[in-house]
Amino acid sequence: MATIDVVPQESSGHLGRKRVVNDMSIQVATVNGSGSQSSNSVLLRSIFQMGVPVSGKNLFPSNIAGLPTWFTIRANKDGYIARKKEIDLLIAMNAETAQDDVKSLAPGASVLYDEPLALDRVRDDLVFYSVPYDKLVAPVCPEAKLRKLVKNMIYVGVAAHLLDIDMNEVEKALRRQFAKKVKAANLNLAAVKAGYDYAASNLIKRDPFVIARMDKTQGKIIIDGNSAAALGCMFAGCTVVTWYPITPSSSLVETLIEYMKEHRIGPDGKATFAIVQAEDELAAVGMVIGAAWAGARSMTATAGPGISLMAEFTGLAYYVEIPAVIWDIQRVGPSTGLPTRTSQGDVLFTAFLGHGDTKHILLFPSSPEECFTLAHDAFDLAEQFQTPVFVMSDLDLGMNNWMTDPFTYPDKPINRGKVLTKEDLEKVGNFARYKDIDGDGIPYRTLPGTDHPAAAYFARGSGHNEKGQYSERPDDFERNLERINKKFETARSFVPRPEVVSAGKSKIGIIAFGTTHWAITECRDQLRNEHKLETDYLRLKSYPFTHEVHDFIEQHDRLYVVEQNRDGQMATLLKLDIKPELTPRLRSICHIHGLPIDARSVTDELMMMESE
Amino acid sequence: MATTPTDAPKPKVNRIGLQVIDYRGGKTTLCAGCGHNAISERIIDAMYEMGIKPEGVAKFSGIGCSSKTPAYFMNRSHSFNSVHGRMPSVATGALMANKRLLGIGVTGDGDTVSIGAGQFVHLMRRNLPIIYVIEDNGCYGLTKGQFSATADLGSTLKSGVINDLPPVDTCMLAIQLGATMVGRSFSGDKKQLHAMLKAALAHKGTVMLDVISPCVTFNDHEGSTKSYKYVLEHEERLHEVDFVPSFENISVEYDPGTAFDVTMHDGSRLRLRKLEEDYNPTDKIQAMTRLMEAHVNGEVLTGVFYINSKAPNFLDMLNITDQPLATLPESVVRPSREVLEKCMEELR
Ligand SMILES: Cc1ncc(C[n+]2csc(CCOP(=O)(O)OP(=O)(O)O)c2C)c(N)n1
Ligand code: SF4
Repeated sequence: MATIDVVPQESSGHLGRKRVVNDMSIQVATVNGSGSQSSNSVLLRSIFQMGVPVSGKNLFPSNIAGLPTWFTIRANKDGYIARKKEIDLLIAMNAETAQDDVKSLAPGASVLYDEPLALDRVRDDLVFYSVPYDKLVAPVCPEAKLRKLVKNMIYVGVAAHLLDIDMNEVEKALRRQFAKKVKAANLNLAAVKAGYDYAASNLIKRDPFVIARMDKTQGKIIIDGNSAAALGCMFAGCTVVTWYPITPSSSLVETLIEYMKEHRIGPDGKATFAIVQAEDELAAVGMVIGAAWAGARSMTATAGPGISLMAEFTGLAYYVEIPAVIWDIQRVGPSTGLPTRTSQGDVLFTAFLGHGDTKHILLFPSSPEECFTLAHDAFDLAEQFQTPVFVMSDLDLGMNNWMTDPFTYPDKPINRGKVLTKEDLEKVGNFARYKDIDGDGIPYRTLPGTDHPAAAYFARGSGHNEKGQYSERPDDFERNLERINKKFETARSFVPRPEVVSAGKSKIGIIAFGTTHWAITECRDQLRNEHKLETDYLRLKSYPFTHEVHDFIEQHDRLYVVEQNRDGQMATLLKLDIKPELTPRLRSICHIHGLPIDARSVTDELMMMESE
Repeated sequence: MATTPTDAPKPKVNRIGLQVIDYRGGKTTLCAGCGHNAISERIIDAMYEMGIKPEGVAKFSGIGCSSKTPAYFMNRSHSFNSVHGRMPSVATGALMANKRLLGIGVTGDGDTVSIGAGQFVHLMRRNLPIIYVIEDNGCYGLTKGQFSATADLGSTLKSGVINDLPPVDTCMLAIQLGATMVGRSFSGDKKQLHAMLKAALAHKGTVMLDVISPCVTFNDHEGSTKSYKYVLEHEERLHEVDFVPSFENISVEYDPGTAFDVTMHDGSRLRLRKLEEDYNPTDKIQAMTRLMEAHVNGEVLTGVFYINSKAPNFLDMLNITDQPLATLPESVVRPSREVLEKCMEELR
């Protein structure tokens, strides 16, 4: 981490600089398990409450306690919330990484450090503030055992003073953080105040960064994508949930359990849902498929290694035509890879997950709000098309804090797809499970337990005819597989449409999806302001690609497909879908280091490719 | 023969007015004489006699000759022939989605004990209400006769290859793990299997039945311990199994001490007669000891080894509402606007 972020920048004079208001990134370097999370949340929330757009990203190790962790808070008046490469204020709490952390800063940045670390000896082109944490914490926290935790609150106070954050907002955020634990709140508040007072009487402000009140967060909420997804699933009428714990997906289900226990218990005191921790991902997805076959709106959440294990079952569901909603909160692979870092590396594998000819519907949320709305779409599409649907989130979206508008109540009714009831069967007499009645490729299904002698069918992964009977006839197999493909083609006009920003003048298009979006919005402004380069932009929300995607590619000479993986997986998927003569227009900009993609890197790379 | 036209004889029906034919399935495509076919027949008889409504039954299977058999019984029931070794998860999901379904899973010893060992273990632990039948032939029939993990030590393939690994005893596993009715039978033992299946239909919890079911094509030779001949010669019945359904009011008296009565969930009675001295089928430890002895003695021990009709089952533990989850209306599964507003407020 420390070495990746070296920012080549001219070393301009840093003292006596103009005030920089509401535009900074703060990095807190701590040790995993040291309890800094509460402090960071309080700091983030205080800025949020000051009305300044803010985002928080946790860079944590795959470890429970003891390894270095970095938490980055970005405050930006223009609403840019992507990761920023440059750190403006480093809060160095981790002795082990402190030297490296300081070395990686751009000249002019400031450092808040624990006095004994003597970091001011490392460089002379930074602004240093030293704080004697141990001396400050002892009087406010008599209980020695708690000092390690409470110590972290001191930097909140120091930062509040240095950045001019209103202490009332800090207190409000802190009380909220500790909710009903009044004693803990008081203890921590005392530590914050100790830090604040120390800074007020001992530190002279020598950096330009300040927070000033704005009104840009009015009415907004702060939420992580996994919690948003959990809410989305609950409001989408999900009834069966299975999971096998894996970072970064676990919190989705853990939050869902909390929400469901609170809001989905009927008047009889019984649950309108079932949530099961399965023995592995094979079982998790098997249960989802079994439940969906029997008619439940069912889902599971996982990450790359789990997706690998689900291959055979999702191929079965594709071919037997059973709905399933699978959340893939992507992390860095291959193998265990970097399990606590973000990526968009499962796109290609998931699109074709399963053996034989298999293609799946994928959805790409880029914000918590879309985690909420696409949850509904995922269940509807899965049941409408009787097929697995994957929601491709990632660690950055799923586990980090995002500022967003509050979610609006779903305005469309739940779509359960083509299900024949007993009454329907009485009218039509008989039914053939895999017959294309409506010409859209989508057959009708019945649910087990339907009280009609003609309701039953035999679901099987082996070759079958329209009635679901065993068949090895070449024409049966071919017809069936072509019909399933027709469903996929039909889906093109039902999946969420991309977001297109185009003035119709530029010859350059950018295509991105998911969390990459946030770097792109900022990058396009950089291109315009710094390079006078206008670009059009298409943000994908789903696979299969809708006609807007093809149109956009037709309309531009050069298209930069930006994604967070090594091989340009989305670019490959696009190339498979578009006219062969258009494929040379696509160029890949790829990021694979596991940190959320930042605008500057994209801008630089795009300009380099433009000049070639 | 001259006959005077009379009313056509009324076909025989069960207590819900269905004929045996209503419980039949498609024509079997298995080898003639395969043990699996006999088991399908017993399932049909038991379902018919117990008056189970076929539309309320869901059949599950994995992959193998045995797993094909749900196509050969009860066409009026939905069925899911899933993937190799993973039927337990599919069944678990389906029964959670609709807890009113009566689930029956059919699998093979390969499907369960090799590739499916993981899911088998967890199905047993959960005590999901399902009848889980292993059609156990000691080999992989569908892939042409390789040894499975229930093949006995020293048993041979047709080619003469000797099995040198110890077998897994599925009954011991199931008892240890938490299944609440566990037994072993033999596809050739019509009476015993019939009674055990009927009792299984009255039980609410995981019923694990390991049914020795010879593969006539690949594992019925001299040297196999899963052949008809071997099982007939070595079968040791732990007891006689009688079953009296709740809707039949029969009471037969036996000398005390020679029979063990179990009252089932629906009020039916399972009666184990001519018991070995002091055998108590509600005692796990005794069951395990007796099964181990059988291994040492080279017996093929059959009967109901263990039963517990009091343990809570998985669906009870989940506290699912009475209506099947599958068909709950939107008004029940989508919380109100106010709930969303409240959730948003908490995040402001
Ligand atoms: C993932 C996977 N691996 C291998 C197979 C091949 N296969 C099909 S059936 C079978 C064994 C079946 O044995 P068993 O369950 O004992 O059933 P039987 O045919 O003996 O009744 C195997 C290995 C498969 N279908 N799927
Ligand atoms: S191969 Fe064996 S198990 Fe398969 S159908 Fe034939 S006899 Fe039965």
